[in-house]
This record gives sequence, C-alpha cells and structure tokens, in this order.
Amino acid sequence: METEAVRLLAGAIALLPLAGIGIGLGNIFAAYNEAIGRNPGAADLLNKKFMFTFAVTEALGIFALLIAFYLVFAK
Amino acid sequence: MHQFQIATLIPFEIGGVDLSFTNSSLWMLIGAVLSIVGLTIASERKAMIPGRLQVGAEGLYHFIENLISENVGGHGATAKQYFPLVFTLFVMVLVGNFLGMIPYSFTYTSHLAVTAGLALLVFFTVLIIGIARHGFHFFSLFVPPGVPMWLLWLVVLIEIVSFISRPITLSVRLFANMVAGHVLMKVIAGFAIMFATMGGVAWLGTLLPVAFNIVMIGFEFFIAFIQAYVFAVLTCIYLKDTMEIEH
Repeated sequence: METEAVRLLAGAIALLPLAGIGIGLGNIFAAYNEAIGRNPGAADLLNKKFMFTFAVTEALGIFALLIAFYLVFAK
Repeated sequence: MHQFQIATLIPFEIGGVDLSFTNSSLWMLIGAVLSIVGLTIASERKAMIPGRLQVGAEGLYHFIENLISENVGGHGATAKQYFPLVFTLFVMVLVGNFLGMIPYSFTYTSHLAVTAGLALLVFFTVLIIGIARHGFHFFSLFVPPGVPMWLLWLVVLIEIVSFISRPITLSVRLFANMVAGHVLMKVIAGFAIMFATMGGVAWLGTLLPVAFNIVMIGFEFFIAFIQAYVFAVLTCIYLKDTMEIEH
C-alpha cells in the first residue's frame, strides 16, 4: 500500500476507541437520568458529579481525535 | 493552523534561551490584568447590599471554597492553605479558555507548554508538601491497605505508574479539549464555504453548518468552563494525598 493510504487508514483506526467512549457516555447519561428520576431532590449533588465524570470521559474521545488528527495531518 | 501559531512580538534572548514576548504572553497578560483588576474592583467597596460585580466575585470565592472543603477534606486552616493555589489555577485556566472564544484571539491554554507547566506545578506541589509533611511515610500512598501479599508488587507498580502519569493526563486533557474544539468549529465552517462556492441553489446548504456552528459555540463555552472546573477538582483530589495518610 502507499504511504498516504496507510496514513489515512491509521487515522480511521485511531478513531475506533470512540465506540467504547460512546458506550461509556451512554452509561453515564442513563445513570444520571435514572438517579434524577428516582430522587429529584439530589439533583444539585448529582449535577456536579455528572459534569465531572462527563468531562473526564469525554476527554478520552478528544485524545483519540487528537491522535487521528496527528496521523492524518502531521507530515 | 493559523490560530494556534505563536508569533514573536518583542524578540528577547538571554544566553541562547528564547524568552521573546509572544502573542501567547500577550493574551496571558491580558487575562492576568483582567482577572486582577476585575477582582480588585469587585472587592474594593464592600457593600452590605452587594452589587453585581461583588456578587460575582463572592460567588467565585464560595465556589472554590466549597470545592476544596468537599474534595480536599480537613477543616479550617489545613484545607484553607490550598485556597490561593486552587483559586489562581482555576481563574487562570477559566480566563484563558474564555479569552480563546473571542474571534481572532489566541487561546493560551491550547498549547501543551502552558498546560504542562501548570500540571507540573501541581505535581511537584503535591510531591514536595507530601514529603515535607510526612517524610518517607508519604510513599505509603503507593501501598493500599488490605491487598494480599502475592498481588502487592503489581498493585504498587500500577499505583506508581498512575501517580507519575497524573501531570500528563491533566495537561493533555485541557490542551486537547481546547485544540479539538477550535479545530472542529473550523472544519464545520469549512463545509459552509464549500457549499457557498458550489453555485446555484447549493448555497441553501450553508444554513446547516452555520446553524450547527452556532450550537457548537454555546457548547464550547460550556466546555471552557467544565475544563477549568475539572482542572480545579483534579488539583484538589491530588492535594488530598498530602493531607493525611492511613497507616
């Protein structure tokens, strides 16, 4: 294969972790909504925890994106 | 990309080390002046019935105070002594993220050199205070209690690796979020230009990326705040290791 093709393919493969991160974010949103539904009084406390876990999980997706950008665009 | 390039404004060099005043330094200076002047004016006249600025400054103060008492633990003076560090880090990252949202400005948090500097500051603060306060006992951090003997070497190895990778994840999380957000908005804006140059009725297609970009700008403001918050929370969690150690 040509180098260019391999590099584009590597960029695509580097984005595969997004599948796992998508599942993780789905779990976080599901647990958050269920917790709010069960105990609406705890919404303030849950909001803080939710934002923190959301940002930490979402950052992993950004890591994958950054590696893909690096593979595709860096010469 | 042009918005991430560092341009030298005032060349300056000492002994072969490049210490030029760059656009990154300029925006950092603007951020520092804005936050210092803003907080000084806000706390200048302490009114019984606070004005808007005073409410904002007090809200920020209480926000960080709660963050420390929740995450660092401890009471009174022991937890209070970390307040200046966490407050300064939070304000610096927050102002940097928000200044980056101004068109044609420079986001200084989008460079690994800046975020790694902040993360290493936190890392060495924890290490030095921990060793100064607990001596050699600080390293019992790597030996969690209640682990069977035959598994201990592996657990200690994992704990050490996770301790050392802290500054890396802390800095890369902030820098990558800022870069990826700005790049994403640029890529979507590129779609709009693509539709506009097609000719004919294709210009109607520009509405979709532009609408999406408007939503993305709101989301980026949210991310800018959340990343500063996460940076402060993680700093607090790391500082907790210096507080008390289970024997």
